[in-house]
Amino acid sequence: MTRNVLACSVNGRLREVAVDDATLLVEFLRDDLGLTGTKRGCDGGECGACTVLVDGAPRLACLTLAVRCAGARIETIESLAAGGRMSALQAAFHEKLGTQCGFCTPGMILAAEALLRADPAPDEAAIRTALAGNLCRCTGYVKIIEAVQAAAVAGPR
Amino acid sequence: MTTATKSVGVRQPLVDGVEKVTGAARYTADLAPRDALVGAILRSPLAHARIRGVDVSRARALPGVRAVVTGADCPIPYGVIPIAQNEYALAHGRVRYRGEPVAAVAAVDAATAQAALDAIVLDLEPLPAYFDAATARASDALALHDDKPGNVERAVEQAFGDVDAGFAAAALVGERTFRYAEVHHAMMEPDAALAQWDAERGRLTLHSVTQVPFYVHLTLARCLAIDAAAIRVVKPFVGGGFGHRTETLNLEIIAALLARAAGGSVRLALTREETFLTHRGRPETEVRLKIGLARDGAITAVDAEVVQRGGAYAGYGLVTILYAGALLHALYRVPASRYRGFRIYSNTPPNGAMRGHGTVDVRHAFESLLDAMAADLGLDPFAVRRANLIEAPYRTINDLQVNSCGLAQCLDVVERRSGWRERRGRLPRGHGLGMACSHYVSGSAKPVHWTGEPHAVIHLKLDFDGGITVLTGAADIGQGSSTLIAQAVAEVLGLPLARITVVANDSAVTPKDNGSYSSRVSYMVGNAAIRAADDLKRTLLAAAARRLEVDVADLDWQGERCAVAGTDRGLDFRDVVAEALKDAGTIVAKGSWSTPAQTQGGAFRGAAVGSSAGFSYAALVVEVEVDAETGLVRVVDVWVAHDCGRAINPLAVEGQVQGSVWMGMGQALCEETQYLDGLHARANFLDYRVPTIVESPPIDCSIVEAPDPNGPFGAKEAGEGSLAAFLPAFTNAIADAIGLRIDALPVSPDRLLEALVARRRDERVRRARAASKAVSP
Repeated sequence: MTRNVLACSVNGRLREVAVDDATLLVEFLRDDLGLTGTKRGCDGGECGACTVLVDGAPRLACLTLAVRCAGARIETIESLAAGGRMSALQAAFHEKLGTQCGFCTPGMILAAEALLRADPAPDEAAIRTALAGNLCRCTGYVKIIEAVQAAAVAGPR
Repeated sequence: MTTATKSVGVRQPLVDGVEKVTGAARYTADLAPRDALVGAILRSPLAHARIRGVDVSRARALPGVRAVVTGADCPIPYGVIPIAQNEYALAHGRVRYRGEPVAAVAAVDAATAQAALDAIVLDLEPLPAYFDAATARASDALALHDDKPGNVERAVEQAFGDVDAGFAAAALVGERTFRYAEVHHAMMEPDAALAQWDAERGRLTLHSVTQVPFYVHLTLARCLAIDAAAIRVVKPFVGGGFGHRTETLNLEIIAALLARAAGGSVRLALTREETFLTHRGRPETEVRLKIGLARDGAITAVDAEVVQRGGAYAGYGLVTILYAGALLHALYRVPASRYRGFRIYSNTPPNGAMRGHGTVDVRHAFESLLDAMAADLGLDPFAVRRANLIEAPYRTINDLQVNSCGLAQCLDVVERRSGWRERRGRLPRGHGLGMACSHYVSGSAKPVHWTGEPHAVIHLKLDFDGGITVLTGAADIGQGSSTLIAQAVAEVLGLPLARITVVANDSAVTPKDNGSYSSRVSYMVGNAAIRAADDLKRTLLAAAARRLEVDVADLDWQGERCAVAGTDRGLDFRDVVAEALKDAGTIVAKGSWSTPAQTQGGAFRGAAVGSSAGFSYAALVVEVEVDAETGLVRVVDVWVAHDCGRAINPLAVEGQVQGSVWMGMGQALCEETQYLDGLHARANFLDYRVPTIVESPPIDCSIVEAPDPNGPFGAKEAGEGSLAAFLPAFTNAIADAIGLRIDALPVSPDRLLEALVARRRDERVRRARAASKAVSP
């Protein structure tokens, strides 16, 4: 296994870390950088809990090799709260109970974040499509949809 | 009944919600120190075998391997029910299911741990294996456990009232058999444990995903043969449970064994596949049910036989099979009943408790048969339920005490909101409306470990800063128990939530709690929280009276201020606290609660199961669209009304009810496990199909409040009771849509198409017979 220095931006900070070629992005974020907000819920690409934004697009960090992110701009759940204040989506998920156990929440919010950046006023079908790869076992999704709608109405904070 | 309040009845976001949405919440797998060893488990490749040898010498010799443990390192069996402890953390003598842990290693990294597992040599002698209840019960079947011939873990025989007379008096008797696939909790967080062994002091600290830290604590002391005082169990954030984590799981013991053997910290994070194998889900079940109805729809008698394939070990098994019979009652008036239940051992991963424990499959059978029989009697589905309503207070013939019942209001609400009267029978082709009811306990009235202690204890700490810390052992696993407890304390004291901090689940700090199962926490811990806050309030009132030189009776407690009634004299909260602290320094208040004896069930064997201080009720309507070409059923809409007594947090009640109903939908629509020669064929989220957001319907949730006299502020449970209503409402809706009653779940497209083909075949046979009769002389 070869190790190479991976240089990329994570949550606005330039990171240069030696990683194995086989290191997954989720391992890089959690184990090398200590960003444990990105969750691992399955054995590969089944649940969406590890969703992060790579150059603004939602990506499954458990199916992405870290070395493929050289030069990329990566955003995790830890980046959304500016100065410790929740983003519109985070506030809406909190206030509308779009989160119960919270384990799917970081991935769910990042998938929704990508949607709202591309489409600030999505209809319900667009929300369902954008979150189709993110499983939640607590809410039945009802309040997740309400949260995304509320965040869209509120607009960026 | 409802009085004006500040905190109760408020739509309160979770007190730990900010951490969850910002990624700051730390779950077990997030906690390991960087130098923690990596644990891994070697699992049995066979479903049933005698263990002739486990050779770990090569694994132990590998560089970087710090510990290897086998069954020989832990010869003490465990199990959540004290009279049924037959499971080992690592297999002993025999393996009984494919995937059962046999050995485990701790190494410096994951690759080394895997290499060590690969280096372990198992010598197994295959034994005959049984993957369904019928073959396991065959007369020549080998017993999985020597003390259980015929592989019957528990046979239950119960009869109440005059059953034969009840059927004889019936205008209509119906009987059908139903089959249910096994389902799994599939909570989003995979199983994980972090064990830290302090070799110098001989002390263990365990962080894990548990719903029952206290049971884990007891089991660790037992299996590691160390003093319980040398153990600390911490429950961090937990990513759901739904019953999977209501008993000690083998990985928790294995992590502790590895940490002790290695003399350090071991992180054991299971894969999703291993989490499926750890299982404890709802068993594959067969229900044979017979109901007698009078002309007006009143139930005259019920006869049920239930067989559950329980998996390889006891776990909660005897409780599950008892629940299945006990909760035939307390939803409707049932004047006579007979129940036979059989819990069967099989060479599959052990079953356990799952949301709606023991009641869900039987409730589907009951509500399906009742619906069909109502149609035969020419009764509307709502009418037959209304003909059997309980009026509280009511004692069932199996000694369950119902002190509040809002089912009648639940029926009215969903009938109106779904437009049942206007829409049923007038829907577009392929659409159908169905309804059903369900109920559940608000905590088992008798705990698993009958120690004589109260059911719940809460401690409050009030200090110089004017902040109140609530210390509770109640395990918040996402259901919002910490929030509810904070609301209860704030309500009694009339203080804002901002003054209250909840510390949950660290055995070194928080009082013991039995755990989050059987929907006990809101009811029992809520009551303890009220009493603790009352205790604190008494202390504060006494201090205020002393300082103001008046009688306590003259004081008007307003929370942030305590006034002398009818005057402008008074003290701010901070001054009251300062006065109270003068006596004894930091104030510690305590509250505890136990179920009233009247609610603890009857005197017969197994009577404790099903007994509860309060029953929740639910009625539910589903609209489906059936595609007879593809066999796909779409859930168009759901209306549910749930009687939770009093919604302490209506936001959380809605979330719990919607989540329950949706989980019922998963079981009805698509979820099932499958074993091929004991190999779990669906141990992932692609083959074990959990509904995605795309096929999940809107769920219209109405809260009904029939206050319970013993409930905290009148509250009852909200997290389980409405689940079971979905399944029969769904199949009743399919029957309404296409005239076909489905007796097996889930209604996957293949099952539905098979049933449609069978119906067409039957119709052709009938027509052919009729035609041949017509031509024959």
